[in-house]
Amino acid sequence: MASIFQGVGAATSLDTKKFQLSSLRSVTGRKASCVVMRSGGAKMDGGSNQISGRADQLVTNAVATKADTPAASTASKPGHELLLFEALREGLEEEMERDARVCVMGEDVGHYGGSYKVTKGLAEKYGDLRVLDTPIAENSFTGMGIGAAMTGLRPIIEGMNMGFLLLAFNQISNNCGMLHYTSGGQFKIPVVIRGPGGVGRQLGAEHSQRLESYFQSIPGIQMVACSTPYNAKGLMKAAIRSDNPVILFEHVLLYNLKERIPDEEYVLNLEEAEMVRPGEHVTILTYSRMRYHVMQAAKTLVNKGYDPEVIDIRSLKPFDLYTIGNSIKKTHRVLIVEECMRTGGIGASLTAAITENFHDYLDAPIMCLSSQDVPTPYAGTLEEWTVVQPPQIVAAVEQLCR
Amino acid sequence: MALTRRSSGLLKPLSAASSASFLHRRPFSTDDTTTITVETSVPFTGHNCEPPSRSVDTTPKELMKFFTDMAVMRRMEIAADSLYKSKLIRGFCHLYDGQEAVSIGMEAAITKQDCIITAYRDHCLFLGRGGTLLESFAELMGRQAGCSNGKGGSMHFYKKESCFFGGHGIVGAQVPLGCGLAFAQKYRKEDHVTFAMYGDGAANQGQLFEALNMAALWDLPAILVCENNHYGMGTAEWRAAKSPAYYKRGDYVPGLKVDGMDAFAVKQACKFAKEHVLKNGPIILEMDTYRYHGHSMSDPGSTYRTRDEISGVRQERDPIERIRKLILAHDLATEKELKDIEKQVRKEVDDAIAQAKESPMPAESELFTNVYRKGFGVESFGADRKELRATLP
Repeated sequence: MASIFQGVGAATSLDTKKFQLSSLRSVTGRKASCVVMRSGGAKMDGGSNQISGRADQLVTNAVATKADTPAASTASKPGHELLLFEALREGLEEEMERDARVCVMGEDVGHYGGSYKVTKGLAEKYGDLRVLDTPIAENSFTGMGIGAAMTGLRPIIEGMNMGFLLLAFNQISNNCGMLHYTSGGQFKIPVVIRGPGGVGRQLGAEHSQRLESYFQSIPGIQMVACSTPYNAKGLMKAAIRSDNPVILFEHVLLYNLKERIPDEEYVLNLEEAEMVRPGEHVTILTYSRMRYHVMQAAKTLVNKGYDPEVIDIRSLKPFDLYTIGNSIKKTHRVLIVEECMRTGGIGASLTAAITENFHDYLDAPIMCLSSQDVPTPYAGTLEEWTVVQPPQIVAAVEQLCR
Repeated sequence: MALTRRSSGLLKPLSAASSASFLHRRPFSTDDTTTITVETSVPFTGHNCEPPSRSVDTTPKELMKFFTDMAVMRRMEIAADSLYKSKLIRGFCHLYDGQEAVSIGMEAAITKQDCIITAYRDHCLFLGRGGTLLESFAELMGRQAGCSNGKGGSMHFYKKESCFFGGHGIVGAQVPLGCGLAFAQKYRKEDHVTFAMYGDGAANQGQLFEALNMAALWDLPAILVCENNHYGMGTAEWRAAKSPAYYKRGDYVPGLKVDGMDAFAVKQACKFAKEHVLKNGPIILEMDTYRYHGHSMSDPGSTYRTRDEISGVRQERDPIERIRKLILAHDLATEKELKDIEKQVRKEVDDAIAQAKESPMPAESELFTNVYRKGFGVESFGADRKELRATLP
């Protein structure tokens, strides 16, 4: 029942030894018959980590296609195609089916079906109490979710836009993050706080915020960012099953990505990064929507003769320093591409973490491309200049590899 | 008559010696069957609801229990005061003396499956829920034997088994949590209620009204209890609130104003509230109470109110004195016996403090425990994929 992904195409830059099987670990102590753990693989003997060599096939509209070479294992079914918001819904529904304590609360998640249709159909199926339409009161319904979690329920709190969760910052920081610690381990807070953030299409400054940078230093929470339907479903399920509070960052512009995902159940590791494209010359670390800008730049870079290794860090807190470190040890050059602001963003923390741990392996200073430190303007051209664009990434790699 | 266990978890004997001395005390009235009817000091005032009757039934055993439990609470707070002054307790220490009747009366009306959540003035509520003196003092002094292993402090007492959810430092933030507890009770179709407590200062927080709206919308079994001690730190209630009638603030939510210095009024109100809420959705209880100490140990408590006012309340409305007078009036014990109880209580508290002082400080490794919860099965943590072990320099 394991799907084995094989690298394909772009054979010019891929070594045959990089065609590796994803290592499979099943979760201990669970009915593991249908749950497959996808992990980055612990084997780091010169080979690169797993999955999508098909990342080379990514184009700007990010319709990911799976390799259908005859060498691909026929033990798995071909899977089914869906959009990212449907993948989130699938993960959510599977978990709600599995555990009666899982409930959803947020604005317009019930009868309306969710402003991005992630919870469509769930209220009809599970009732108004399990898929709760809240009034517009982020501070208190987040607090309510945390209070419910203290008694053992597993709520998923949706912020209609991540930016609205700033109103709930007190609850997230003080109660969500700290209660497990200050109660001496008596209470666990298994909440998932999720919502779309990031710069959209001219949504204006207040609706284009990136909150990863504000939440990242709260002790006690975990943060993950999804970027493909495959990892969206896997991370959603992992976040729900985790006993720790997890903030799942989605992106407004990625909801309509289409991808083929496996039919069988799978859960991803919350703290693992994803190797999008193995390479040799430079490590590009990115997450969420910037992954697609990076992959677009990678096509140009490949044509210019560079071989970038692209890692989608996925786990924003804690960083997967294992995967990142192994990559740095191989390439010795790091470029971070993020959508956060320059000041105090995820890239800033990542730069510090890499410098502390892997300074000796670096041949050049770490470059960090982030959004400009400005409120996101409305005008389309200005908004484009706020975020990192592929030509800038290409220029940065060229400068780094000089 | 058999000397039954006086059902006070507060006085768990700390050593065999003290328990032996316990058993040899002259058994005063622990009668559980005689009913004594007590009138509350003032009638209840209702808002959008029919207030309950002023007559409360009680038994001699309950009266004695009230006295003893309140004496323990009072003694604990006074002891905490001197511990703070001798710098064994640091940081913030908010004392509850004067307000004991609220905790005692509430406990008499509910079970340990009903949830209580409160703000930072939580020491006595913790005791009321079954916490021990040792756990309290050790936590206040930051020792391992504390209820939160020394990592919470004065404002973070919790007791999960007795559904005591703390212990919160940020004013008002516990009220939405309390509505979440009530939501979970409704979700699980339990027949229990949640008491979400807050002060007159927190009554002006927006999240309170948000939470009240949601609780009323979904008929959650939440009882919002405003412990109105008339001062939000240094600001009197009339200077902070346009409408200090906190029991009316719920508008469409019914409310009840209760004399919070009268344990029986509190008991009656909580009993009434529990029945009401299981049928009709949330209710607000305003407990008219008073704190003798300042807001916290760093506040003398006399810059914004006169000493005459404080001593006036102590003379006329002190909750322990009221119970003492009732006990003496009904001939349940003599003056000397009550004084003996207080002496015994003092000894228990001193013993607990001594034992707490012996408890060690938490180990260095405790700094990193309980930040996250393990056991999901796929954690990686740390650059070497093993669990992150931090070492202090």
